[in-house]
Formats: sequence, C-alpha cells, structure tokens
Amino acid sequence: MTSNNISTSGHTYTTLTGKISSLVLTPRTPLLWFVGAGIGFLGTMLLFTAVAWLLLRGVGIWGVNIPIAWGLAIVNFVWWIGIGHAGTLISAILFLMRQPWRQSINRFAEAMTLFAVTCAGLYPLLHLGRPWFFYWLAPYPNTMGLWPQWRSPLVWDVFAVSTYLTISFVFWFIGMIPDLATMRDRATHRYVRMIYGIFAMGWRGSARHWHHYETTYLLLAGLATPLVVSVHTVVSFDFAIAILPGWHSTIFPPYFVAGAIYSGLAMVLTLAIPLRRLYRLEELVTMRHIENMSKLMLATGVIVAYSYLVETFTAWYSGNAYESFVTVNRAMGPYSWLYWLLVATNIVLPQALWSSRVRSNVFVVFGIALSVNLGMWLERFVIVVTSLHRDFLPSSWGMYVPTRWDWATFVGTLGLFTLLFFIFIRLLPMISMSEMKQMLQKREARAE
Amino acid sequence: MKTRSLLYGFMAEFGSPDALKECVRLARVEGYRRVDAYTPFPVEGLAEDLGIHRSPIPLIVLIGGIAGLLAGAAMQYYSAVFDYPMNIGGRPVNSWPSFVMVTFELTVLFAGLSGAIGMLVVNGLPRPHHPLFNVARFERATQDGFFFCIEAADPNFDPEKTWRFLEDLKPEGLYAVQDFA
Repeated sequence: MTSNNISTSGHTYTTLTGKISSLVLTPRTPLLWFVGAGIGFLGTMLLFTAVAWLLLRGVGIWGVNIPIAWGLAIVNFVWWIGIGHAGTLISAILFLMRQPWRQSINRFAEAMTLFAVTCAGLYPLLHLGRPWFFYWLAPYPNTMGLWPQWRSPLVWDVFAVSTYLTISFVFWFIGMIPDLATMRDRATHRYVRMIYGIFAMGWRGSARHWHHYETTYLLLAGLATPLVVSVHTVVSFDFAIAILPGWHSTIFPPYFVAGAIYSGLAMVLTLAIPLRRLYRLEELVTMRHIENMSKLMLATGVIVAYSYLVETFTAWYSGNAYESFVTVNRAMGPYSWLYWLLVATNIVLPQALWSSRVRSNVFVVFGIALSVNLGMWLERFVIVVTSLHRDFLPSSWGMYVPTRWDWATFVGTLGLFTLLFFIFIRLLPMISMSEMKQMLQKREARAE
Repeated sequence: MKTRSLLYGFMAEFGSPDALKECVRLARVEGYRRVDAYTPFPVEGLAEDLGIHRSPIPLIVLIGGIAGLLAGAAMQYYSAVFDYPMNIGGRPVNSWPSFVMVTFELTVLFAGLSGAIGMLVVNGLPRPHHPLFNVARFERATQDGFFFCIEAADPNFDPEKTWRFLEDLKPEGLYAVQDFA
C-alpha cells in the first residue's frame, strides 16, 4: 500500500523542501492565482452585501417563512460542515490507520476543513433572527440571569461546531509548526523571516521537541476522530430530535456522517485536481492519491445510497401514514425533480468509479466530484424542504423558493471559501514538508 | 555594544539520519548526557537513543479531558437543576441524556487544547532566540541537515577532548556555538 507515494523521480530532502517552499517564497504569483483570488474576493464582497442587507431588513429577505422556516441557510450550513469532515478524515483517521499516502494532501485538506467550517458557522448565526445577540448562546455570566437551554440542539450545535473549528485549527497549526520553521529559515527577506519566525515560535527540531510533538499529534488525531463523528451527529440531531416525518429517525447520525465524508472527499478532489495542475505537483499528489480518494468517495457514496434505501424501507415498514407520505411526496411531489436529480448526481453517476479506467482519468474524476458536490447539496435541500413543506395538516402546507438574497449568501460563502483558500496556498506551504521528508526517509530505510 | 560571549557547546552536522544516529550512540557511550539532536523531521528511535522515553503529554491530555468532562457536566447540572430550572416538555430538570453532547464536546475541547498548549510548554516554546541560531548553518536543521550538539554544561565536556571526539566522527561541519549573553 505504500509504494508510489510520491513518484520515484529521485527527490532528496533538499529538493523536496525547495520545491514545496518555493511555491510560497517566490516573488512571482501565477496569473491564475489572481484570477481565482479575484473571483473569491468578488464573492466575499457579495457575502458582505447580503449580510449587511440581512442585518438591516431581517431574515424576511430570505424566502423562509412558516412552514418552511429552514431554507438555504440550513441547507448550506449542513453542506459546508459536511465538506469539512473529509479534511479531518484525511488528517486524523487516515493518520491513525497509518496510511502514509495521506501526507501530501492532508495540509490543504485541513485548510479546506477550516474554511468550510468557517462558512458553515455563519449560517446558523445569520439565521437567528437577531444575529447581533449570537453571544446569548454562550454560557457566560449575564445580568439577565439566563443560561443557554441545554436541551436544545441549537445549543449542542454551538458547542459542537465551535469545538470542531478550534480543534481543527489547533491540529492544523501544530502540524504546521515545523514547516513554519522551515519557511523562517528559507525566507530571504527580513520581514518575511520575522513573520514566519513568530509563528514558528522558535522551533528547532530537537529530538526532545519531536518526541513530545509526535505524541501530541497522535493524541490530537485520536481526539479529532470521535469529534468529527460527533459533529455531524449533532447536526443530524437538529433534524432527528424534531418529530417531523422524514426527520424523526434513528438512522440520521450514521447517515449524515457518511454523507458528510462523501461530500468532503468530493470537495478535496475538486480542489486537488486543478491545484496539482496549476502548481505542477503531479509528482507529489500522484494519480494514486486521486485513485485512493476516488475509492474512498465510492465507498462512502455506497453507504449513503444504502441509507437512502433503508430510509425508504423504514418509511414503508413503519406503517406510519405520515412517514410513507413524505417518502412518496419526495419522489412524486412538487420537488420531485430535485429528488431525481439528487439520485442521478449522488448515486447513479458516481458508480462509474467502480471502473479503474474512470478512476485514472482526472477529467472524469473531476466531473464526478462536481456531480457529488451538487448531489450532496441537493440531498440537504430535499431533507430540509420536503419534510417541512408537507407536514401533518394540509392547512399548514406551503412552498419554498429561494430568493436572490438566499443565492447571494450562498454564492458569497463560496467566494469567501475560495478567497481564503487562495490566500492559504499563497502564504503557507500547502504540502507538509516535514511529513514528506519523513516518508522519504522511511522508504529509503526500507529499500536498503 | 559590548556583548559577553559564552560557549554553549559544540555542534556537528551530518548528511543523513543514520550518521547522526551513529554519532548519538557513540556520544552516549562516551558518557555525554547534556546532548541533543536536531533534525528536519522526526527520526524514528532518535529520542530513545538519547534516553528520552516518556512524555508527560498523555497525562496532560487526560487531566485536561477529565477537567472538561467535569466542567461540562457540572455547568449543565448546576444551571438546569439549581440556577435556572425549567420545565421543558415535562422532562426532569436533570435530563442528563440531553447534556451528553455538550459534555462530550467540552471534554474533547479541553483535552485537545491542553495537549497543544502542554506540548509547547514542555518544549519550552515559544522561544524566539536560542544560542543554536547563532550558527548560520543551523538553518539547514529545518531543511536537510542533521545536527548534534554537546552542551558545554555537560559534566564530561572538555573543550579539547569533546572537539576531537566530534572531529573523529567525520561530520560535514563542526561549529562552536556561542551564547551572546
């Protein structure tokens, strides 16, 4: 399983360090970087506009109303946070499973997690109604004598998402300290050296440092693994705790976790494929990486498909009229075209990955990854909207159509994500140099 | 500006982890104890060769985790039972299954943060200045160089003998590390 991790093109410690660090330390910025970051910047400005308008006018600018009080805001929240989960899978779970191939993709996958969770966290706060009182969700001593309501899934969300963001950041940052020291030592400009030096905190690579560092890294991976499962479990509780047909189901936690990792792997592929081409990293992020991630995506996708099947079966087997109605309504009701598009993009199309010829064609894999991104977004739309729009009483039925401000906020977070990602690849080493060198040494030791 | 220079130790540079490990082994045989090795990536077994076996980090993480668990459980129990009891759907005030999520998240949060902060504290970081950085060549230690330093504070340290010992190992470079106090 470990051969061909990085191509055997005769990299040494010196060339590997040079290759990865020079992507950042070069004064030359590729033109495409400006294009990408520029698009991200425009999107971010759109987000600011949409948020400013929201703060002025209230959530009424979105298409949400009773009965569909959760619109794109919650769809996007679940979608973004799910994307984050693949970063933790790659950085923590594959680390614990001793899959060394993860080492050329974990750094930017973790960065993806951070930025995706940042985008996700915005939505529930903006959806609060009075977002400027968001701090009421935190347990702090206040003159009102109030406490958060511990029985509310919204409060669980606050703790789960903020813990996830914090631990993901710590994991990412601790993993980067040795590389920041490398950047400090390679930078030629005095101020650049100082800035990296501040964040490297005086790391000198002593054997004692490494000993404690590796212990910490292993423990953080061990902590991040149950954490990532808990985060999407809590997100699924937002639905499952309610008594609404289609939501009130015990299958939700595992179903959501599998879906989260599925969508996240699709996003990792969506980012990795253009990135390796743009920065000529084909020898570090090899076809084997693309294939392995495709296989993981296929595996989680099959779990998701199975969950859909079980959900449908349970709706029928429960004999509950409302449950069966929701299921039939999803496939035949006013939103049925979205449901069938979801089946096509999320279940049918990715089955092409069973073929190794498909997996070895980056263009096709990229296309399938985009399809899964869309499919997983549609899945959340179908879950959120179809359950809400037809509940127990026909008198409380309704329809939801996202407004332009719904879309502006969504496109805005896509822009923010893009901008943050482009800033990351310009300022920080996107592949872990110390881990790549460690892998190189282990491989040489084995070859002898 | 007048600065006083003290000898911090002698540092040898090697081209490969194996040469460094051999040097560590010989230095241990010679009885040097205030020594450390510097590498661009963790070299397996190097810490053990230097006589570093235990790390306090697991205990720190465990204590942090227990503290988070107790803090989370106590905060919710106190606020829901004593400070702000509320009847939600007829549930008992101590509806502990609802408190599991926040307790779990705080356990992980405290454990993770204490691990990260504990690692920095145990390693004596942040420490922007260190005598080793006075050797210009030491910048390779985070890139492709493997360094070994015998500190002047070692009881066995003898300027001539130690220098000769390191010289005999045929390092790629040998440096006297100055500490500008």
